[in-house]
Amino acid sequence: MQYSEKVMDHFTNPRNVGELEDPSGTGTVGNAKCGDIMRVYLDIDENGIIQDAKFKTFGCGAAVATSSMATEMIKGKHISDALKLTNRSVMEALDGLPPIKVHCSVLAEEAVRAALWDYAEKKGIKIDGLEKPADDIHDGHHHDLQESD
Amino acid sequence: MPKTIYLDNAATTMMSREVLDAMMPYLTEKYGNPSSIHSFGAESNAACEDARKKIAKFINAKDNEIYFTSGGSESDNWAIKSVAYMKKDKGKHIITSGIEHHAVMETCEFLARDGFEITSVGVDENGIIKLDELRKAIRPDTILITVMYANNEIGTIQPIREIGEIARSSGIIFHTDAVQAFGHIPIDVEKDNIDLLSASAHKVHGPKGVGLLYIRNTIKLTPLIHGGPHERKRRAGTLNVPGIVGFGKATELARESMKDASKITEKRNYLIDRILKEIPYSRLNGDRDRRLPGNANISFMYIEGESMLMLVDMKGIAASTGSACASGSLDPSHVLLAIGLPHETAHGSLRMTLSEHTTKEELDYTVETLKGVVDRLRSMSPLYEDAMKENKEV
Ligand SMILES: Cc1ncc(COP(=O)(O)O)c(C=O)c1O
Repeated sequence: MQYSEKVMDHFTNPRNVGELEDPSGTGTVGNAKCGDIMRVYLDIDENGIIQDAKFKTFGCGAAVATSSMATEMIKGKHISDALKLTNRSVMEALDGLPPIKVHCSVLAEEAVRAALWDYAEKKGIKIDGLEKPADDIHDGHHHDLQESD
Repeated sequence: MPKTIYLDNAATTMMSREVLDAMMPYLTEKYGNPSSIHSFGAESNAACEDARKKIAKFINAKDNEIYFTSGGSESDNWAIKSVAYMKKDKGKHIITSGIEHHAVMETCEFLARDGFEITSVGVDENGIIKLDELRKAIRPDTILITVMYANNEIGTIQPIREIGEIARSSGIIFHTDAVQAFGHIPIDVEKDNIDLLSASAHKVHGPKGVGLLYIRNTIKLTPLIHGGPHERKRRAGTLNVPGIVGFGKATELARESMKDASKITEKRNYLIDRILKEIPYSRLNGDRDRRLPGNANISFMYIEGESMLMLVDMKGIAASTGSACASGSLDPSHVLLAIGLPHETAHGSLRMTLSEHTTKEELDYTVETLKGVVDRLRSMSPLYEDAMKENKEV
């Protein structure tokens, strides 16, 4: 199994690691059983722009790299654009992942959506196209493997 | 500090220079087929028989009880499948343990799909088989007990003599996968009541792709590989002469180096003690004392093994992990789960296996490197964050 240079870069120098005080929204997905948990913190301003994003991840090299890339990709974006983040786009931005690691990229997409859901709930608003995330770390298996072709 | 520190000797070992030197003539000018009548053949045949003698003596077997194979996996397959095939009219029940190597586990699962019944006996929290459970598992139709000598992940050494006694007193064939034990701890097939034993050269500074199955003379094991009359008609195929010669030499050297095994044990204990003392939330997996000399397996709470492995690799240290992410499946090592570790603790395991070449300086460097890597991964772990918050609240 071989990681791309981009994956190695984001694994060894992850961007946006950490927590936010008083985040607008946080989301935690994955479970320890499968070996990866991802938590995303978002700071969203009154115009719906994601001013800052941070993450903490328990997981393998691919899990760390996808967290790093996903937070990079949504920073400075409007929430409606952040919603367009898919596991595929994160993977592409990383020049691909080994097939057995594809589920890690699904996790990154889910973590961002879970944080946006939390934000919407706190604000008492509804965001079009956003559904309640599957109950995170205490729930069963999150991996529905979406292998790339 | 040396550029690389190799702490993965349970995966494979560096082949000794002496082993290569012993093999070299048989890779070059001494290329005869040991089955041939002419002088070329006789020369190769003599070399193989010399290796066979050395190895037989080493485990207190007779020369004609050693059969060379392509490695540990073949030996395991051969032993288990052929006993199943030979004894299927007597019964179709096989007893094994929950911590076997895949070569044994998958072979048993294959037979289970073919109508055999497999009982997997549990182990305690240190990975030692539960003997009373083993006794209870025996049935009139039990044809084979297969339990490994020592475990490849956590290094636990099984009470092989007792298991052998249990098997013998019930008239059941006993096979042991001794791939990790051979050349590292003393083995005596007579005293240990062993009927079939697998070993592999590359775990003892020998070449890859050569192993053996010890078959007690009273057992007429059917071949797995059919063909020519090699290996007393039990295992067809032109002998891997250089490999066998290398295996013989490696065994001869292991016999000597085993006298110094306590030195490896001391170094291993030094590594374990330093880590447990200096890195919080770490635990030793496996039995503290009934353990292979070179094995240290430690779980670091709140972090995941593959990322740990990658970061220490960048610092020049080669180790191994039982995390799912490294194995290509979603579940962590079955061995770590069998000793009762929660999934997250199993994911955070790091196996470091030493050899006689490992130095104290290398271990010091390893501990210092680990401290940094563990700190760094914990600082980005949501599990660690939650655990620390909970601690504060208490
Ligand atoms: C316990 C055990 N059994 C079997 C094997 C397989 O041996 P080989 O690599 O020679 O096929 C190994 C090594 O990977 C092992 O550690």
